[in-house]
Amino acid sequence: MKLIKAIVRPNKVDDVKEALGRVSLPGMTVTEVRGHGKQKGHTAIYRGKEYDVSLLPKMQIEVVVPDNVVDDAVAAIIQAARTGEIGDGRVFVIPVEQSYRIRTGERSDL
Amino acid sequence: MRIAVAIVALWLLVPAAAVRAQSANGGLGAAVTQADLAKLDQRVTAAQSAADNAWMLVSAALVLMMTGPGLALFYGGLVRQKNTLAIMMQCFALMALVTVLWGLVGYSLCFAEGTPVIGGFSHVLLRGVGADPNADYAGTIPQQTFMIYQLMFAIITPALITGATAERMKFSGTVVFMTLWSLCVYAPLAHMVWGKGGLLNAALGGRFPTLDFAGGTVVHITSGVSALVCALYLGKRTGYPKEPMPPHSLVLSFIGACLLWVGWFGFNAGSALASNGLATSAFVATHFAAATATIGWLAAEWTTRGRPSALGAISGAVAGLVAITPASGFVGPMPAMLIGLAAGVGCFLMVIFVKGLFGYDDALDAFGVHGAGGTIGALLTGVFATRAVNPIFKDPQGQALPVGLIDGHPFQIVYQLVGIAMAWAFALVGTVALLKITDFLVGVRASEDQEIEGLDLTEHGEEAYNLEM
Repeated sequence: MKLIKAIVRPNKVDDVKEALGRVSLPGMTVTEVRGHGKQKGHTAIYRGKEYDVSLLPKMQIEVVVPDNVVDDAVAAIIQAARTGEIGDGRVFVIPVEQSYRIRTGERSDL
Repeated sequence: MRIAVAIVALWLLVPAAAVRAQSANGGLGAAVTQADLAKLDQRVTAAQSAADNAWMLVSAALVLMMTGPGLALFYGGLVRQKNTLAIMMQCFALMALVTVLWGLVGYSLCFAEGTPVIGGFSHVLLRGVGADPNADYAGTIPQQTFMIYQLMFAIITPALITGATAERMKFSGTVVFMTLWSLCVYAPLAHMVWGKGGLLNAALGGRFPTLDFAGGTVVHITSGVSALVCALYLGKRTGYPKEPMPPHSLVLSFIGACLLWVGWFGFNAGSALASNGLATSAFVATHFAAATATIGWLAAEWTTRGRPSALGAISGAVAGLVAITPASGFVGPMPAMLIGLAAGVGCFLMVIFVKGLFGYDDALDAFGVHGAGGTIGALLTGVFATRAVNPIFKDPQGQALPVGLIDGHPFQIVYQLVGIAMAWAFALVGTVALLKITDFLVGVRASEDQEIEGLDLTEHGEEAYNLEM
């Protein structure tokens, strides 16, 4: 069982969601985040005063998947979120030890 | 036989009818010269008064709308999110505070007869301010209408200053300072320029007749220059200029600027104090100046900074509206466009280059727009004012005399300079003194911790946006 954490362009969230649906993953969590990698940001000017906007808005998508689906899911995310330009984002895969369903309290490993 | 009867009847009737008509005519004629004429005259006067009063009440409401929500939104959008309510509250509080002061003594100090520098006390507590017109100022509307209209100017003038003190002046300090400022700076200036017997009054016997149709010197120079003094006295905001302090919502500012533009029709066209041709002329001049100032600021920005910005467009419009204010009732549409253009480019240079050169923190550019724009406007009023629009100066025979430079009266520029110098001097000295008094009484500057946390929470205990709850 792994947690896949993908940081993608905000306009790519729907594509990623659709792609993950195709590998039949039922759930996901999406968060608005800000950050920067190699992408430098841009400059805004208000009444002549320049401001560097270096932390750019991104979306973070989290899905927990069984080990045997990890490669397919990662491939699906990358394919859906890629534009080929700097700023496309990152995908991280993190091991998950346990998982519980709150409604029933049962431990369930997906 | 029947024909004969008809002829006889006619012969009898015609003279009788003629005699009747004659007597009716005679009777009517006698009455017309007496009571009927007076009644007719009364009705015409009442009709004119009704029309003028309707327009002036609407104008008063429009000018109030400039402060709230116009200026509150314009300024509110320009500050950081954590100080939004604080600046809006300052504008709103002034709507209440200045109103009370105005009723108690403010109106009297501005418009009652007194000395050349300040009005007297004859209208204290609005004594004698009722439905009868005050012929000195506006002969066709109730003096109460004139009073409430002028009040709206007294409200927006101190509100403009909050743009320079934004994000770091205490609410208590603002209340005390603005109270003092309304009485000690605004009232004398308003009396000098607009009050009967005022030193700078152009229509009612001033020593130095300064042209200021709707408040270029009284409203914009005084508030703009006082704003500069406040910015210098308070010092820079914590973190300025290292820390970024971008406007938190230009959408709010945009709506505010549009409301200001519309409200300014009441401000300038209303200053005709009647629903007449002069009001139309001022309305037109106002609109044209706002347009060219928008274009002027944008053109300057586009050529020197590479992009025309939305904030530039609305700042330019406000600069143009400021500059046309003193001139609006004296110039035609074409000079209005020139004045607007000069203000758009001039205020852009002030805000973008001059402010950076001196490094003072006029947070929302109250001085750069109102001080500079007001001065440009007051000066150019002396250049472009013409008797064709407003024959304000007359010789003893009632013939219109030239008004501004283009009319053949270059000396008017000297009078304009006297008015400008007076306004600058009063605002400078008065504001320094009043800030010191306020500082002694309650303090003016918020603490550094307050500034970091934001004035909304620390001064008012609330936040502007709780959208995620």
